[in-house]
Amino acid sequence: MLEYFAALDPMALLRACPGGIAQGLIWGIMALGVYLTFRVLDFADLTVDGSLATGGAVCIMLIMDGWNPELALVVSFAAGVISGIATGFLHTALGIPPILAGILTQISLYSINLNIMGKANQAINVNSVTLNFTSNVNLLPRTILIVAICCAVLIAAIYWYMGTEQGSSIRSTGTNAQMSRAQGINTNVMKVIALALSNGLVALSGGILSQYQGFADVNMGRGAIVIGLAAVIIGEVLGEAILGKHLNFWLRLLFVVLGAVIYYLVYVFVLWLKFPPDNMKLLTAIVVAIFLATPYLKAKYFARSYGAKYLARVMGRKKEG
Amino acid sequence: MLKVNNVIKVFNPDTINEKVALNGLNLHLAPGDFCTVIGGNGAGKSTMLNAIAGVWGVDQGNIIIDGVNVTRWPEHKRASLLGRVFQDPMTGTAATMQIDENLALAARRGQRRGLKWGVTAKERARYQEMLADLGLGLEGRLTTKVGLLSGGQRQAVTLLMATLKEPKLLLLDEHTAALDPKTAAKVLELTDRIVSQHKLTTLMITHNMRDAIAHGNRLIMMKDGRIILDIAGEEKRNLTVEDLLAKFSEASGEEFANDRMILG
Repeated sequence: MLEYFAALDPMALLRACPGGIAQGLIWGIMALGVYLTFRVLDFADLTVDGSLATGGAVCIMLIMDGWNPELALVVSFAAGVISGIATGFLHTALGIPPILAGILTQISLYSINLNIMGKANQAINVNSVTLNFTSNVNLLPRTILIVAICCAVLIAAIYWYMGTEQGSSIRSTGTNAQMSRAQGINTNVMKVIALALSNGLVALSGGILSQYQGFADVNMGRGAIVIGLAAVIIGEVLGEAILGKHLNFWLRLLFVVLGAVIYYLVYVFVLWLKFPPDNMKLLTAIVVAIFLATPYLKAKYFARSYGAKYLARVMGRKKEG
Repeated sequence: MLKVNNVIKVFNPDTINEKVALNGLNLHLAPGDFCTVIGGNGAGKSTMLNAIAGVWGVDQGNIIIDGVNVTRWPEHKRASLLGRVFQDPMTGTAATMQIDENLALAARRGQRRGLKWGVTAKERARYQEMLADLGLGLEGRLTTKVGLLSGGQRQAVTLLMATLKEPKLLLLDEHTAALDPKTAAKVLELTDRIVSQHKLTTLMITHNMRDAIAHGNRLIMMKDGRIILDIAGEEKRNLTVEDLLAKFSEASGEEFANDRMILG
């Protein structure tokens, strides 16, 4: 036991943190996309596991082709938008349930991604291209700053869009589709738009991630939805704990990105504790399951204690009065 | 204003649950008609409203609103001509959105929804006045989430949403059935006020015979997916519950056996 702790190097943890922050911010963009579908549209979209890798594959192949890396990201975004439209089509035009529609697109994208790359993974020579999203240790603070600015711009854009007529219609579709149709909103179109934007963000995140790690892999999106959900949930729990009622929409988005950063810092920490990396996905799934189950279990088993608290409060008030 | 011609709707066809919900339904409403609808469970009242609103397509017949044949229009497109209030107060509003956002969604019924602001300052001022007019203590609560309102308040807001953009036809599907008697009376009073103010053509389903008699200028009774009784004008004005029960057994050949409708 003593040996185990002696072998842990605090400096190694500190050195790993900037990388964790950078990766967390990149995944934060992905988490914003998941937030749009999972929370705003109330649609558990599993397309993201495929579209993240699509974003990465498109970006790496274009850079290998001599494209400007930033311009390649625009194409990544567009590829994600198309993936989202595909899922939206399966769901709205063909009547396939949300989760299944997402899985069908996701599995199709696996083949498509292999076709894009020609093999399971492709790497760029990071020394021959100038990348803004580099994982080069010396340039890491700069990378963190750039990704943070990207996140800020995206949060502002989403905040603005959700306040427009179209964004309001997307929100109402997610809250009450029947009412939305009664108010003349084409809920099918709104679902497709939201899925398109969401997957666009996810693919953008995948593109940035591929630049950061210098390669794209057909499996890079495996389990992405779970990481995205973890970020959304960690962010919301934290935001509600800190800000309570003051947690408005843009702060919620900010906390979703922070949730992703926290997730990656915990990831770095757990790896530092020499937790076997093979088990990381298992750990993530357990953490997400616990957080998702908490509101349900609380309502089921702690209702009586809420009642007791309420009674105590009322009685206290009576005494005061 | 509304023409429903020979409409047939069968649910679960060719199964053991087959149900002919509308069986050659015919109904014509003149502009400004306020028609109340009564009938037992399964008579086809809500089905008629859903057929008019386009929740699903009908199997036969056609539906014409204000001279436009809307039989093949999807629900969201028909919404440009309709205002709707539902039985369940949860159905008519978006709970997680603010009162002003809900009203603004309704104000854009029938319009393209682009990238302009979802709610403008000018609109807010107008909504503020409209909410004050309701007299339900909702003024100054524009930014309250609708989910925090009581059932009666939600129905009042839904009614406002349904009529904010003047509809060709107002569809009220037992919109006071889920409310306590006092609140129900208030929402009905509000309904009368709004309908007469805008001279709206209205179809109102109710389970309460007294309400059906007291409101509107026309009353229809449904049974087995058809209209079996249609009373208007002078006759409607002098109608009593006893008359209605007598007329029902005359028209259907059976005693009326629904306590909820007689006592309600």
